Formats: sequence, structure tokens, C-alpha cells
Amino acid sequence: MALKLLYFAGIRDAIGRDEEIVDPPPEVTTVAALVEWLVARGEVYRTAFADRARLRAAVDQSFAKPEASIAGAHEIALFPPVTGG
Amino acid sequence: MITVRVGPADFDAAAELAALEATGAGGIASFTGVVRGDGGLVELRLDHYPGMTERSLEALAADAMARWPLLGVTVIHRVGPLVPGDRIVFVAAASRHRAAALEACAFLIDRLKTDAPFWKHERFADGRAAWVEARESDDAAAERWRTGVGRVG
Repeated sequence: MALKLLYFAGIRDAIGRDEEIVDPPPEVTTVAALVEWLVARGEVYRTAFADRARLRAAVDQSFAKPEASIAGAHEIALFPPVTGG
Repeated sequence: MITVRVGPADFDAAAELAALEATGAGGIASFTGVVRGDGGLVELRLDHYPGMTERSLEALAADAMARWPLLGVTVIHRVGPLVPGDRIVFVAAASRHRAAALEACAFLIDRLKTDAPFWKHERFADGRAAWVEARESDDAAAERWRTGVGRVG
């Protein structure tokens, strides 16, 4: 199922784009699995997601942990820890 | 009364406070964040996740209203390029009495730092530029409110 990915801050800089549409296979069911699937696609993703401890995600605009399900999700964002305020 | 605004425009803290005074509050606590020029900083740029940012701040304001007996909460966060001396963030809480207003104000700014999708990018006079790293002290300050310490009524 087509999924919209959004990238912010340092992750966006490393990947070189702020969004893309992807179509992961059915076995990709969690945020962590999605990241591993992206990493397997190429060097750019491997570099951008090298430090998994500093990677954060949101599923349909709510913060989500790596083990969170992406079933039925429309929009997944990947970004570094937030620094507002 | 919840007011949440995210955008490049500056804000007038006095006007925001006056709006909260009009709720009939007995006390209003506020925090204004200003860009510091430490280390030769020439520009601080705020990026955010449009849509999720507003939702996160509205949820945060609603959480404060649920935890304390408040009459109003205001949360304003600027985005885009800012320079030292610019106002960047404003939070305020109005209540009948001071304790709830003061505690809610601290809660709002502590949790805003960890619960809303903003990212700061710094540019310095010597040409260096980098994304700001998240601080563990910010996580600890936000966590304080999750464990129930400081919670009243």
C-alpha cells in the first residue's frame, strides 16, 4: 500500500528530499521494519539512519516508538529528536 | 479558552496577557523565550511539521487544562529564520489562584520542548551551521511531569 514518508531536519538533509511515496511489502508492519527496509534500499538511507538511537518517528502525526504498527497508516515522518521551545 | 498559534509572525506578549486577564482569572503566569546570541550565533531557524505541530500544541494545552483548574492557556511558537533578541516562544496559563497558573506554565514550556515537532538550526558568524542537538536535561524536565511530581488537584 502506498505510504507517504516525510523527513525533517538532519534526516531530510541526509536523504536530500523532504518527502516521497513508497510501497513497502506487506511484511513491513512496524516503524522499525520500515526503517530497515529503507536502509536496505541504499547508501543514502543507510547513512541517514546510521544512528538509530537518535531517530524518532511519527505515524499519522502522532509520535510513535520503533515497535509501533504502521498498518493502515497514511503518513510516516522520520526525524531527529525535537528541539523546540 | 485555548489559544495556539504557530507561524513566522512576532507576537505581543502584553496583548496575549490582556486576553487571558479578560477570562476573569485571578492570576496569569507566562514564559517568553528569546533567541540568545551565544557563540556568535547570527541566525536561528525553526523548522516544524505543519499539521502535527498544531495538533501537538493543542493536545498539550488541553492536557494542562485537564490537570489544573485553568481559565485559559495560550501557546505561541514562531517558525522560520530568527535572529538574537527575537522572541521565539510564549506560553501562559490563567487561573483563579497563582499556584495552578505557575505550575501549568512550567508544565507547558517543559513539555513543549519534547512533545512538539520543532527543530532548531543554528548559523554562526564564522560560517559554522548545524542542527541543534536535543538535550537530556530537556527530557528530564519533561519527564518530571509524567511521573506525577508537581501535579496538583
